[in-house]
Amino acid sequence: MSIRLYVSRDAGAVSVGADEVALALEQAAAKLGVAVEIVRTGSRGLYWLEPLVEVATPQGRIAFGPVTETDVPSLLDALANNTPHLLRLGATDEIPWLKRQTRLTFARCGVIDPRSLDDYRAHGGYKGLERALSLGSDAILSEVTASGLRGRGGAGFPTGIKWKTVAQAKAERKFIVCNADEGDSGTFADRMIMEGDPFLVIEGMTIAGLTVGATKGYIYIRSEYPHAVEAMNAAIQAAKRGGYLGDKIGGSAYSFDLEVRVGAGAYVCGEETSLLESLEGRRGIVRAKPPLPAHHGLFGKPTVINNVLSFAAIPFILAEGAKAYADFGMGRSRGTMPIQLAGNIRYGGLFETAFGVTLGELVDDIGGGTFTGRPVRAVQVGGPLGAYFPRALFDTPFDYEAFAARDGLIGHGGIVVFDDSVDMRRQARFAMEFCAIESCGKCTPCRIGSTRGVETIEKIIKGERVSENLALVEDLCNTMKFGSLCALGGFTPYPVLSALEHFREDFAPVPTTLQAAE
Amino acid sequence: MTAVYDWDETRGAEIIAEHAGQEGATLVILHALQEAFGHVPQAAIPMVAKALNLSRAEVHGVFTFYHDFRHKPAGRHVLKLCRAEACQAAGGDALAARAEARLGVSLGNTTADDRVTLEPIYCLGLCATAPSAMLDGRLIGRLDQKRLDALIAEARR
Repeated sequence: MSIRLYVSRDAGAVSVGADEVALALEQAAAKLGVAVEIVRTGSRGLYWLEPLVEVATPQGRIAFGPVTETDVPSLLDALANNTPHLLRLGATDEIPWLKRQTRLTFARCGVIDPRSLDDYRAHGGYKGLERALSLGSDAILSEVTASGLRGRGGAGFPTGIKWKTVAQAKAERKFIVCNADEGDSGTFADRMIMEGDPFLVIEGMTIAGLTVGATKGYIYIRSEYPHAVEAMNAAIQAAKRGGYLGDKIGGSAYSFDLEVRVGAGAYVCGEETSLLESLEGRRGIVRAKPPLPAHHGLFGKPTVINNVLSFAAIPFILAEGAKAYADFGMGRSRGTMPIQLAGNIRYGGLFETAFGVTLGELVDDIGGGTFTGRPVRAVQVGGPLGAYFPRALFDTPFDYEAFAARDGLIGHGGIVVFDDSVDMRRQARFAMEFCAIESCGKCTPCRIGSTRGVETIEKIIKGERVSENLALVEDLCNTMKFGSLCALGGFTPYPVLSALEHFREDFAPVPTTLQAAE
Repeated sequence: MTAVYDWDETRGAEIIAEHAGQEGATLVILHALQEAFGHVPQAAIPMVAKALNLSRAEVHGVFTFYHDFRHKPAGRHVLKLCRAEACQAAGGDALAARAEARLGVSLGNTTADDRVTLEPIYCLGLCATAPSAMLDGRLIGRLDQKRLDALIAEARR
């Protein structure tokens, strides 16, 4: 009897040796004369256990991890003879870190073969599109609006309203654009879902096209994600062959086609108008809004532009109904958020859960504190433009409004943990430096402000007129915050000001007596 | 390591023609040219402009805006180290300094023997297995001194 094994092909798993483990399993099995079938899945998102190897049993999948090449012979031996193994984690679904989650969007990720349309369908794929086809545009809009889904890219704009605006716009062509330019450090949910369940993104975009009357979509993926590009392209080809893209989708009168476009290393292209410029083949210079992309988007046509996770949430909402989604969450943040735990963290990975979980639960309880074992001192939430939070704010619930009330943002749901060796002056300096490197250059507060910010923070680090320069940085941050055209210049002050506010001791001027003594 | 070919005008023209019909083709063409020649040759810029009915300045502007596009080929191997926050939190600063010291070049430069280009990259999306690196397209997570030294040795060969 053949043993069916599952090994992730996710870039994160591959980066820690999943390909080598899969190859070793194949070779060892051949040597031992054991028949094995290895299915390459996406990742379950439990990265400290990668490479994770799962085996199919009549009772469900059993997990082993983290597996290295040297573990492979003993692992195969244990599997063939049904004997215990040190790396055995038990039933995958019962692993507490996974069991505690509410996986609506990531339900299939790590479970199915992302190259197989049949596998996607066998696990509930395309049920959302089927229902959408039977509902029609107005009813789909009602569902999406009632679900309370807000843009998962960071801005949190209600998806239903955006779609409705495009649906009502009159034009001979409309577009669906998926923003897969996931540049925020600490975030990898877009990458994971594109690599682990790419048909889900295709289905979500197809439903969007059907709803607003668009027949062409683009997925703009950053060049740093070659595995995601490959996975999406393979899935698009498979969907075309299976009749789920192209003319007469699923036997309906409706047509929709998709194309992947690859970015070229510009962070600012994650900003939606810059992304549209880039898609049009130009420099990724931010556009002034209005006009909104919903009215005047790609090639000047009405365009739905949403993040990967927003589109990926849609099939569940359509298949199970708006209420099933909206029943999760708190306040105006409905549904689930795929939260990414990263940086110096013991149990890093993807944790999808209803809004409302506190930052402290995420970092200490679920994340297990730091990987280095030192105390957690700061966490940056929401990428390079997100605020640094101290332990004192760990009671903040994960919710758009709750984070905004504390001068932070949840952004794309990334949490980067730092231990007590962090120097917050350097982090503040880096925030400005990153903005200076990545600024598109259109508006002055961002283009020049970021460079002046780097210089001024450097003076503070050197101990030059610290209190005056601190006041200058704060003033500069206000100029950037209120004067910049987009979130790059506008939000760079978040990490800087939060570092100043919550970690002031790091910026304390060196006492003059000490300076004199040196 | 990817094969790099010297600039060949005929081949360049073929590549441009192959993609010029797409909407918003500039980046697509620049990517394809770089894939073929290891960089975007200056001679190709006016050809792209002509094919897309743009000015040379517009195409040059696009070429210079994006960090990915090279005006000359990289070294034989390209080692990219993630320098973004998640990797900083996991010890990336010390590893970057070590790589610079070992290779004798700062980030963004190529060794004098043209063997290794050392570059910063801002996020590979491997933030839960940080710090991370990429050697010629191969991803490496949980980077530490030992693994970094092995990568450098491999790249220098």
